[in-house]
Amino acid sequence: MPLIIKLLAQRIALGLILLFLVSGLIFAGTMILPGDVAQSILGQSATPEALENLRAELGLNDPPLQRYIQWLGGAMTGDLGTALTSGADITESIGKRLSNTLFLAFWAAIIAVPLAIFLGLLAVRFKDRWPDKAISAVTLASISIPEFLIGYVLMYLIAVKLRWFPSVAMINDSMSLGDKLSAIALPVTVLTLVVLAHMMRMTRAAILNVMQSAYIETAELKGLNGFQVIFRHAFPNAIAPIVNVVMLNLAYLVVGVVVIEVVFVYPGMGQYLVDHVSKRDVPVVQACGLIFAAVYIGLNMVADVVAILSNPRLRHPK
Amino acid sequence: MSEPLLKVRGLKIGATVYPPNEKPHDIDIVHGVDFDVQKGKVLGLIGESGAGKSTIGLASMAYGRGGVKITGGEVWVNGRDIMQSGIGDIRKLRGGEVTYVSQSAAASFNPAKKIIDQVVEAAVEQKKFSRKEAEERARVLFEKLGLPDPQNIGDRFPHQVSGGQLQRCMTALALCPEPDLVVFDEPTTALDVTTQIDVLMAIKEAIRETGVAALYITHDLAVVAQVSDDIMVLRHGNMVEYGSVDQIINNPQEEYTQALVSVRSIEHEEKQPSGDPVLSVRNITARYKGTQFDVLHNVNVDLYPGQTLAVVGESGSGKSTLARVITGLLPPREGEIEFAGRTLSPDLAGRSQEDLRELQMIYQMADVAMNPRQTVGTIIGRPLEFYFDMKGEEKRKRIIELLDEIELGEEFIDRYPAELSGGQKQRVCIARSLAAKPKMIICDEVTSALDPLVADGILKLLLELQKIEDVAFLFITHDLATVRAISDSIAVMYQGKVQRYGGKNQVLSPPFDDYTDLLLSSVPEMRLGWLEEVISNRKMESAGN
Amino acid sequence: MKNIPISAMIGLFFTALYFLAAIFAPLLAPYGMAEVVGDVWEPSSSEFLLGTDNIGRDLLSRMIYGGRTTIFIATAATVLSFTLGSVLGFFAAVAGGWVDQLLSRFVDLVMSIPTLIFALVVLSVMPVTVPVLIVVMGLLDATRVYRLARAVAVDIEVMDYVEAARLRGEKTAWIIFREILPNALSPLIAEMGLRFIFMVLFVSTLSFLGLGIQPPEADWGGIVKENKDGIVYGIPAALAPAFAIATLAISVNLVADWVLNRTTSLKGGRG
Repeated sequence: MPLIIKLLAQRIALGLILLFLVSGLIFAGTMILPGDVAQSILGQSATPEALENLRAELGLNDPPLQRYIQWLGGAMTGDLGTALTSGADITESIGKRLSNTLFLAFWAAIIAVPLAIFLGLLAVRFKDRWPDKAISAVTLASISIPEFLIGYVLMYLIAVKLRWFPSVAMINDSMSLGDKLSAIALPVTVLTLVVLAHMMRMTRAAILNVMQSAYIETAELKGLNGFQVIFRHAFPNAIAPIVNVVMLNLAYLVVGVVVIEVVFVYPGMGQYLVDHVSKRDVPVVQACGLIFAAVYIGLNMVADVVAILSNPRLRHPK
Repeated sequence: MSEPLLKVRGLKIGATVYPPNEKPHDIDIVHGVDFDVQKGKVLGLIGESGAGKSTIGLASMAYGRGGVKITGGEVWVNGRDIMQSGIGDIRKLRGGEVTYVSQSAAASFNPAKKIIDQVVEAAVEQKKFSRKEAEERARVLFEKLGLPDPQNIGDRFPHQVSGGQLQRCMTALALCPEPDLVVFDEPTTALDVTTQIDVLMAIKEAIRETGVAALYITHDLAVVAQVSDDIMVLRHGNMVEYGSVDQIINNPQEEYTQALVSVRSIEHEEKQPSGDPVLSVRNITARYKGTQFDVLHNVNVDLYPGQTLAVVGESGSGKSTLARVITGLLPPREGEIEFAGRTLSPDLAGRSQEDLRELQMIYQMADVAMNPRQTVGTIIGRPLEFYFDMKGEEKRKRIIELLDEIELGEEFIDRYPAELSGGQKQRVCIARSLAAKPKMIICDEVTSALDPLVADGILKLLLELQKIEDVAFLFITHDLATVRAISDSIAVMYQGKVQRYGGKNQVLSPPFDDYTDLLLSSVPEMRLGWLEEVISNRKMESAGN
Repeated sequence: MKNIPISAMIGLFFTALYFLAAIFAPLLAPYGMAEVVGDVWEPSSSEFLLGTDNIGRDLLSRMIYGGRTTIFIATAATVLSFTLGSVLGFFAAVAGGWVDQLLSRFVDLVMSIPTLIFALVVLSVMPVTVPVLIVVMGLLDATRVYRLARAVAVDIEVMDYVEAARLRGEKTAWIIFREILPNALSPLIAEMGLRFIFMVLFVSTLSFLGLGIQPPEADWGGIVKENKDGIVYGIPAALAPAFAIATLAISVNLVADWVLNRTTSLKGGRG
């Protein structure tokens, strides 16, 4: 066991170090770029006094390292600062929106993951026959269209022409779960479509890779049927790659959410981030960037942890 | 004679191929073969790569690998034509009546499951035994096959046992359901020679004790002679000769069989050392970066001009590492290399162009030793250009001369490596090294990836070229037959040390140290009864256990 | 030309068509890019083939000019990301040691932040101009090219023919340009197609979010943004760019697939 624990500890430590470095990168990305942040926030016509006030307010006169340490210290204790444009507490504003975003992503994942794995298996089962070909054609089409366009096409067809679901996804606390689900039906559909193709294709590749192993041939030559071969011999070895596929795509979903929220005017993190990028509200952008990056890094870490845990060579060392 | 267990008539096998830039089309792999296997008898199928022997073996289980399918003929097992059987009957056949042992047990065992679960699976699934009975039977088989700790070895995972042991576990897997026929597909080819002999003996014993019939597929006639009752020689999907072991080995009728039987019988007189050595390896100790163990310990050998030093050993003996040290790819921790009277810089960067030119190398896999985007002319021409500044017509003339020396024609100059056969590729690599006019060439397992007859051709060519060009060879190999055929002096390596070193006749004559004895005696000989004789005379356990 | 499969032919044809339309946009467009010529959201007619947009400009003309902007930015960013990524990737593979470690770990770090999120963070403080967009997109995407180029080069690096060249005494430049590059070219070219598609999608997404091309300049993502409110009234003007982006992306994909297949079949596997 020691080796596996060592590897797990290493991987988790790496995730934390990565998160720390990413926070530095995000901070550097917004602070140490050419040009004056205050100037670019207020525009060319700003008076020198206004600029100076803003600099003081942003703490721009302090050395960058000191500002970074203050910011990071705050972020770790749950204080993400205040928004420049509204003066609102960022942690408070994000709290509600983050749960909305996770609600949306959760339902998309609940539908997309099992569906993608099922369709991926189907494509393997009917390799090179029409279900496989249809799946790969759909994949090609869907990776060729940006998320927001899928959103509008569906909105046009389903919400406007067929009037099945509302075209904007407004939700609030007073709504029942059913109402909420009806409200987010369209964005969830779009998000599902966005990740489905990738996930299907990668699941197919992962399983095919396992199915080409010599031990699958051994299983077939034992007279096992297709079902037994897949579940007894292919599946235990396909878990790690499939989890990897799922995590990568959930990470991808996190990014897809940003655009989809804008399309459907959904009150989540993505909408919040994009709004404040346009307003050049740096503290909000930093906070949102950090949270998105943390989720992304976390999901990738989970994938690696599962891969380590499911590796028989590490679980049963010599 | 009673109805045979396996009766094959007019078997034809085809496959769909997808060549680049061409339409996919069907080709024939096996063009109609007939044979019988009687109950409890062993038939050896022998041939070079592409002979169709594995394909025929799998056809007896109604199985085709990849796009391979049986296109005609009859395959009768226990009186049923399995070509006419439904998938349900075929599943009962596979793993029940007929089982399979593959070349690579390491790949054929599922890495995620315990060995015992995989060994008993077919027996339980085919309802031959209960789980408990099957496990009991597996342990008995483990013991019969000479596996250590037969009671508990099954609880291990495949990566927790050695290659030779796993190959025996695979044999247990095949025998566990009490089949009527086992297909052995090159079961010892991937093993070291001293391990091969143990596995071979274990398989032979198991076959004898269980009374099972077998199809034994291999490219090595000497191996198949030890275990079979009958042999069928195959070539390009056709039967060449079919007869008893005794007849095939001692009285082969067909020219091709005669060639196979007499393969590796090249005679080469040992030359005595004369003058100063071209290469002196002095007290070399080396380890790979980031490791804690020396792979070479205090190695000393000499090679004289125009002669061949064979460095022989099994995997892990350090023989290839020695080549890396001599070429400068791995600077040694201690010791030095003297070459043509000068001391070579330990690392590649410090060597002069002259050093590099005079010391050439030929690789095991000719496939990856040539840039696939360069023509034969470019490949052979580059050293001419690089070392001798040859250009245009002069260069072309020299390339054609070199092609002529390796017995290839002028028309090869514009071909790409992909258009050459395995033997031709290796010849081009030889020409490339000769183009530099070297004093010495390191040959790293240059014949190991080739079929025996092709390998023989390469060895003959090398000996011929040595006479013409007066070049010395450092010949690295695991194959003692090759060593006998080509060397003037021999260094036997074992666990990073030179175990025995001297002139060919001296090294190959008794008295032997234990390891050299084991190594020499493990090389399969083309005569009946050799295996039993060797096993009873052994002094040392093989290295792979 | 004889061995090109039909799908690749179609791909090549449409890709060429779009690029030609981008180059000759001023000659092809019936009206000016920012010229108000009709009513708001007029349906398609002989006068306005695709109808008019949210303030009465000819949609076809805007689509042609928009394509020009989108394709130009995507091409420039692809060239930047490719040059930088592949040069550094090859260099890291051949140099090895700490150079490789330093570059690779830095790339890992940048890639641990989703590209879109990182771009948004940076664009929140940078002025949004065409050169800035190209540089930001190109630099962020260079990390992916770097990884591929390095992986391909490392694979080739360990081949015996590269070792043979080293033992012959060849210089690093020869090894990179004569031994590695010819064998790495096809997978890299195929990847270039995919990177180009990604750039088209990326710039469209940024413009759609209001953080890319600024009005009155047109690009496909911006056209969606301008006309998205029409969707609710059943006016499909915003879907025209969808069609354009999808056909361009699929065409380039078909070409890239063909290039990639040619490479793999050249490696030939067995038999």
